[in-house]
Formats: sequence, structure tokens, C-alpha cells
Amino acid sequence: MRIRKTNIFYGIDWILILIYFLLIFIGWINIYSATITETKISLVNFSTEYGKQLIWIGLSFPLILIILLFEAKFYEKFASILYLISLTSLVGLFILGKNINGATSWYDLGGFSIQPSEFAKAATALAIAKLVSDKQFNLKKWNTQIQAFLILFFPAFLITLQPDPGSALVYFAFIFVLYREGLPIYYVSIGFIAIILFITTLYFGYFYTLISSFALFFIIVVYFNFYRKKAFKKGWLKIIGIYIISVLFIISVNFVFNHVFEQRHRDRFDILLGKTQDIKNIGYNTNQSVITIASGGLTGKGFLDGERTQGDFVPEQQTDYIFTTVGEEWGFVGSVAVIFLFIFFLLRIIHIAERQKSKFSRVYGYSIAAIFFTHFTINIGMVIGLLPTIGIPLPFFSYGGSGLWGFTVLLFIFIRLDANRSYEW
Amino acid sequence: MKRTGLLSFIIIFIGLIFIIRLFYLQVVNNTYNKPTVNNSAVKIVYDYPERGYIYDRNGVLLVANQLSYDIMVIPREVKPLDTIEFCTLLKISKKDFIKKILKARRYSTRIPSTFLAQLSKNDFAYLQEKMHKFDGFYIQKRLLREYPINTAPNVLGYISEVNESLIKKNPYYQLGELIGTAGVEKTYENTLRGTKGVKHIQRDRFNKEIGSYKNGIYDTLPIPGKDLTLTIDIKLQQYGEALMTNKRGGIVAIEPSSGEILAMISTPTYNPNLMVGRERSKNFTKLYLDTINRPLLDRGLQAQYPPGSPFKVISALVALQENVIDTNTAIKCYGGYRYGSRKEAFMKCHCETHGSPVKLNKAIYRSCNSYFSNAYRKTIEKYPTPSEGMKVWNTNVKSFGLGNFLNNDLSVGQKGLIPDENFYNKYYPNGGWRAVTTISNAIGQGEILTTPIQLANMTAIVANKGVFYTPHIVKKIKDKELDTRFTTLKKTTINKEHFEPVIEGLFNVFEKPHGTASWSKVKGLEICGKTGTSENSHGQDHSVFIAFAPKGNPQIAIAVFVENGYWGSRWAGPIASLMIEKYLNGKTVRPWEEKRMFEGSLQEEYDKQLKEKSTIEN
Repeated sequence: MRIRKTNIFYGIDWILILIYFLLIFIGWINIYSATITETKISLVNFSTEYGKQLIWIGLSFPLILIILLFEAKFYEKFASILYLISLTSLVGLFILGKNINGATSWYDLGGFSIQPSEFAKAATALAIAKLVSDKQFNLKKWNTQIQAFLILFFPAFLITLQPDPGSALVYFAFIFVLYREGLPIYYVSIGFIAIILFITTLYFGYFYTLISSFALFFIIVVYFNFYRKKAFKKGWLKIIGIYIISVLFIISVNFVFNHVFEQRHRDRFDILLGKTQDIKNIGYNTNQSVITIASGGLTGKGFLDGERTQGDFVPEQQTDYIFTTVGEEWGFVGSVAVIFLFIFFLLRIIHIAERQKSKFSRVYGYSIAAIFFTHFTINIGMVIGLLPTIGIPLPFFSYGGSGLWGFTVLLFIFIRLDANRSYEW
Repeated sequence: MKRTGLLSFIIIFIGLIFIIRLFYLQVVNNTYNKPTVNNSAVKIVYDYPERGYIYDRNGVLLVANQLSYDIMVIPREVKPLDTIEFCTLLKISKKDFIKKILKARRYSTRIPSTFLAQLSKNDFAYLQEKMHKFDGFYIQKRLLREYPINTAPNVLGYISEVNESLIKKNPYYQLGELIGTAGVEKTYENTLRGTKGVKHIQRDRFNKEIGSYKNGIYDTLPIPGKDLTLTIDIKLQQYGEALMTNKRGGIVAIEPSSGEILAMISTPTYNPNLMVGRERSKNFTKLYLDTINRPLLDRGLQAQYPPGSPFKVISALVALQENVIDTNTAIKCYGGYRYGSRKEAFMKCHCETHGSPVKLNKAIYRSCNSYFSNAYRKTIEKYPTPSEGMKVWNTNVKSFGLGNFLNNDLSVGQKGLIPDENFYNKYYPNGGWRAVTTISNAIGQGEILTTPIQLANMTAIVANKGVFYTPHIVKKIKDKELDTRFTTLKKTTINKEHFEPVIEGLFNVFEKPHGTASWSKVKGLEICGKTGTSENSHGQDHSVFIAFAPKGNPQIAIAVFVENGYWGSRWAGPIASLMIEKYLNGKTVRPWEEKRMFEGSLQEEYDKQLKEKSTIEN
């Protein structure tokens, strides 16, 4: 306790910090390559994006120090308040926000802009951790489930209204956290079935999906009727219920896709599912990013030597499509190294979370692992053409101050909590 | 699964999927590694080789190249410019300018496309000074075709700009490049064209060229096109075209010993130089839209006519082969052939033998319809059913290369028609046809259709006594062997000995005083031939003639079709004999006949037809 007071670095996980700096460093190198326009300009230059990013990185050091300075208990105590502040800042956007690229997600603070949704993730993670770590809390009960869902719903809803549905998608990641803490399995199963039904409906059309789902239902009923008579007697209502809900879901997916989605959303799915190919307009981003990555080959073209990167072929390359630079200039080897680094990073967080004595720290750690994981999956999945175009940043890689700070806050609060693991609360 | 493990499991799972996907993209399916034209960091410059020259069989230059200058544009590099000055320089209107720019942009903003094609040398000299003012435009040198002799457009063909559907099919071509689209320019496109060279030039971020890309490892040198020597004798070709003045039709002359095409005439013809230069598209449209004269139709290859009497040669040969007649078989002809009991079942004959016995020899030189109808009928009726007879007949006839494509190196062609048993079974589904139903086939009317080149080939086969080489147009390609399909000897189903009596008959067509072409006899030349009058449903009969000479050692076989030329010896006969004379002797001893052909015109007949047609249509 004494040492703790004199040294704010006591007990922190150096491995995690090392990975953090590695990711930041590799990320910045790629931003540099993607945005360099003229030769021989000093690195710290406000007019260039890589210069700005370097400043943001520099400024994250005092931020880290401040985060580490606070007592671990502070975050637990003030979790609700931080959550409310964050919600307020999201609401405030509708009054004071600045519209960039069609979404009102920014506060304009003179020389730079801040995106509160990047910080809302940390606040929500704290709030969920606080709620779940309550001794009275039991995720088997539906009223507590509703409490948890509401905490997630508010920021997700506000962010969707900006509109920035991509960022709102991240809040679905908390299902992993809640499941870890006792949420019944069928929530996860329902989510899984919903995703499968969604994709098959879009791909094969609702008619064939309905037919094949009926066939599946029929087979299941027959199976249970002949081989699991007892279970069938008990559970036949459930099976029929699930089937009816599935049918309604299929029909509603069809309806939502064709009548609620806008054309640009439909286009994104159609391109991914290979239903249309229009590499000049709607499919341009995906096509360019896939070609750029593929052109890297096994070992890549070398730093600053990717002609597609240097020729600015990939739109938004320094932000959402930063991974294309890795793919082109560092090749398969570099891309896999980055993916390994991320996987190691995520598993390390989970490992640390599992060793926490405090439930609050554990839930928080799990939350950030889920958040980082969602960003990682959606971003890289989109860039390599496996997922539709959803604009969310790759943590520590994508250009953007708010993003970098948001992820830094997210991570270092956890590092602070972890440093306190042997310490009494 | 334990609850604690799910997220870790999914993380590793997704990571694996990503790695597999990246492995597929970057290592397995790595086709994107080569620089492409879509890449602005690397500029691709083409080095066009010179297209091969074309010579005739005696080394006379037929097709050469001339320089031309194209204005190219790269739309995304175009900066605001003085359009009025630019348009005046190029002599186009502002509307054209906008249209062309839009077209280029629609094709690609990065890839250069032709803005204005084929400037003259004078325009180029003037423009070159000012070109630096207009960013995004540059001048590209290109080679155009030039025809020193204004002849044989149907043989030589022409080149034109590739169209967009072709670019999609064949990635070798870029918009604005030229490709052979007719004649030997088309069939020997790859030989004549060569392969263009590619240079990759690295550009920096300011679009400045900074040297060759990756030290030129992707660059290639142009491979020059190869020169072609045609089998055509250009003097004979020109002579034939002159003889056909103001007459529509086709002539094909073949050297029987090699299958080489000596002349291939289609009239009305046009000047091949019309297909070059800036006026090209205007000229082309004019020729293309002339549906009355149809100058772009190669009548030697594409026009299908009933062959008429020359086909009797085949009837005779098949009958001899099938052993249903011999040289002594005689029939009596009373001005026609009765093939049924009805009054109208009577085929007229103009042999004027008045009942005296007609044997094969006389039947040929008098062109007796009755004799060949009889022979044909015997051939078919030799077999128990008409179907079987027709099958045998068809096989025999088709072995002469009739009724199908010749599989040669000409860009166009038609199959013609030699009916078989299925053809008639379709028309008479209940089997109601017999030999006499199809009796017109015996004399080359009825359902039979042939093209002049098929007839010429048939004549060459008779001259060769049953063997032939596929007729072809190219004699020699520089540094390259001729295709084996032109050097392998082919055989008909007819035995060699059956040709002798037939050739004797053909010889007498000229020699005997009553021979149908005795008027065209040339002193000192032993010509074998056959007149023909091809009845057709479109109007006046066509004038047809086939011939080969000299009889002992055939050097030329020829087929002449003159549309609506009344009868064989009126136009086709004299033309064929004059051409043979010209080819073998280099001059004619019958200047009066030559003059009659040069000056004779069938235009009146064609006008009359047109008038009749329009009255009917009205």
C-alpha cells in the first residue's frame, strides 16, 4: 500500500502496455505511408495527418498518467456518473454537434474535433461492470436483464440517431460479457440463429428460406417425436414457438431490407453477397481495398513502396481502410503478424480479466475485450471483403484523435484496475 | 462449453478465418501483382510494331503502311483549356469536343483513349507546336494501311478500330487500336499485326515520369508483324475486274495443282483506299448502306446461286461411279425429258439432237438435260428406296467440297446447299418423294446452291481427276510454314478413270462446232469448260461458266457467275476464256471479244429489276 502510493506504475501489466505501444507504433507507420504527400517534411507537422496523429499519440502520455493517477476505486464509484456525463455529451451533439460526412458525431473545439461516442464505450463498460458486479444482481432474472439491456440501449440508440449505426453496432458486443456473467445461453443462440437467418434470407430470398426452414422444422419434429418422445412432450411448445418466431423474423428481414433500408445499405449487402458487381460506383471501396491487399503478395512491396497506397487508390485509407496499407506494403507476413498481435492482445485482456478477484474489474476487462474484438472483426472483415461496408475504426491503427484517446482510456482504466488486483478494495 | 471460454474461442476462430482469407487473397490468388492500366502510379506506353506488308504471288506490293497521327486524351489529366482554340486547331465543333470528351470519360478516366483519329501530316505539323498547351492530350503516331494498287478490296479486306465488345473478348486490344475486320487482314490478323511492346513508366505523386518501373522487368519489346505473300495474281485479278465492269457477279480462279486462288473477283468493287483515313467511316457507311449493289458482299464467296449446267459434270461422274451408265449408254432426246404421266411433267431440253442417240460425250458438249436426268434417275433408283439412293448421291457430291464450308483461310463464306434424304423427308413427311420429284438436281437446279469458289474448286478437282488441295489465299508467310490443311491432298469418292470421258466431253464444248462454247474457242489453247444458265427466282437467268486449261496439264481452273447475264455463253463464257488466255498467254488474240466485255453493261437489266421490285412492293 505504501509502494502503491509512491509509484503509480506499481503492478501494471507491462506485457499489455508493450502490445499497446507496438500497435500504436505500427499503426502510425502505416498512417505515415498512407498520407505522405511530399518528401522531406518534418514528422511533427500540424498540416499533415501523420503529424497530427503523432501529436495525438504524444498527448496520450499525459492522458495515461492521469488515468493511472486515479485510485481504482474511483472508477467503480463514479461509474454511474461517468455514464451519465457520457450520455449527456451524446445528447448535446444534437444541439452543438458538427456535421462531418453526414453524421453529427463531433464537437468542434477550434483546431480539432472530438467524437464523444468514442468515450461513451468506456463509460458504458464501466456502467455495465458496476451493475453486474452488484451482489444482488442475477442475470437469470428478466428484470435485471432489462436493466443491463437499458444501459446498453441508451448510448447505442443515441449514436444510431447521429446517424452512425456502425459505431452503435459495437454495443452488441456486450452480449459476450453478459453471457460470461450468467445470461442464459438462448440469448446467444437467438443472436446466432438471427444472423444465419438474416444472411440466408438475403442470399437465397425469403421464399426459399421459408421453405427450407420449414423442412428443418419438420425434420426436428420428426426426430424428437420418434427418438426423444419425453423431451418432445415437454418441449414441443418451445420448438413450435421458435419456428414461428423464425418465420416472422424471416418475413420481417425481407420487409426491413426492402422497405426500411436505404439503397446504399442494400448495395453494401448485395456486393458482399456477390449479387451485384459494380466496381466503379457502389463497390469501388471494397474492390479497391481487396485488390490493394491482394497486390501485396507474400512479403509485400515494402515500406512506402506500395504504388496503390501511394497513388491514393483506396478512399479513406488512413482511417477505416488503414489495414490495406499493411496488406500492400507488408504483405501476407505483415498482415498475419498484425492479426496475431491483435489476437494476443485480446486473449491477454481476457486472461487478465479472469484473474481479477473483483467482479467489477473482471466485467470491465471482459467488456473492453469484447469492444476491441468487435472493432477488430468488423473493420478487418470489411477491408478484406468478408463483411459489408461498415465504417468503424481499427483500434490504435486508424487515424483519428478521439478514436485513439477513446481506446487508450478504455485500455488504461483496465490496466489501472488490474494493477490494484491484489490490493484491498 | 464453459462460459469463460466462448469469447476466447470466437476470437481465435475469427483470427483463423482472417488468416485463411488473407492467404487466399495474397498468396493463392495473387493475380493483382502485375501493374495494370488502372494504376496511375505506373503509366503504360505501347510501342506498336509495323503491320506486315502484303504482296501478290509475283511479289507485287499490294498493301503497305503510311504514318498517321492520333490525338489521345487521358480525361483525368485534362486541365481547363482554351476550347475554342483547340477546336479550331482540330477543325471540330465545340459540340463534338464535348461529345468526344464524354465518350472518353465514360470509357475510363485513367486509360488513354483516342480523341481524334488519323490526322493528316500537315495538321500534325501545325498541332505539334501547340500541343504543350493542352494538358491531358497528346499525339500518338500510328501506322495506317495504304493500297498502291486500287484493286481486290474483297481479298485484302481492311482494318478498323476495335469495338468495345471485342475489347471485352480479347484483352490484347485497347480502345482506339486497329484490327483487321475483313479479308486477309482479318484471317491473318495475328500474323500481320505482330505483338505490341509495353513500357511501364513509374510516375511520382505529381504525375512526373521518374524512370522505368521496377527496372523494366514487365516491359516487352514489340514483335514486328510478318509479311504475307498471297496466291493472287494481281494482273489477272485486275483484268477480271475490268472484264466485269458494270456487271454484278463473282469469279474465282484456282491453280488446280496447288489449290492456290489466282483471282477472286467480286463486282461491283470499290477502291480499298476508301477504307483508310478520316473519311473512312463516311465511306464505309455509304458502302454498307448500298443494299442494291451490295459492294461489301463478296460474291465469289458469299453469293449462293443454283449452279445450272456445270453441275451436270457431277451428275455424270456420280452416275459413272455408281455404274448406272457407261460411256456408251445412249438415250434419245426429243426436245425434253418426260418424268411423269402428267402433261406438265416434262423438262425441256435445248440440245437439238432430234432423237438421234446421245452418248455421254455429246450429252456434255450439247448440254442435254434429258441425258443427265436419266443418269440421275438411274443413280437414285439403283437403291431400293429413294432415301438410300439420295444418301449415296449426297455423299458423292459432297466429296467435291460442295454443300459445306471449304475450311479455308478466307474471312467469309457460305455453305451452299446439297440436299440429302433428310431434307426431302422433311418436305415430304409421308415419304411421297422419288427420284423424279428431285429430278431438277440432275441439271444443277432444284434445291442445289453453290458459291463461285465451290464451283471453281469443283472444276479444279475435275482437272486434277479427283484430287484437290483446299483452296487458299496465302502462299507464303515470312518465317512460317503454311497450314497443313492446305498442303494435304484430299480425295473425292469418284475413281480416277471416270474423269477421262467427262474431260473429253468438256473439251468438245469448245472444240465441236455444235459445242455450247464453240464461239469462245481460242486458237492454240486446249480449254475444257461447261456453260451454264442458272434459273433463279429473282429475275433474269444468271450466266455461268466453268473451265480449266490446258487440257493436258491444267494450270488454271475458273468459275464465273454473272448475275442476270441471260445464258452462259453470253457473258460468263467469254470472260472465263479471256481470263484463261490472259493468264496462260499474257495477251489475247480476240481484242474484239475483250472490248465487248469491257464495254458491255447489264445495268439496264438491274435497273429494270429494281423497278419491277418496287412496283411489286408498292
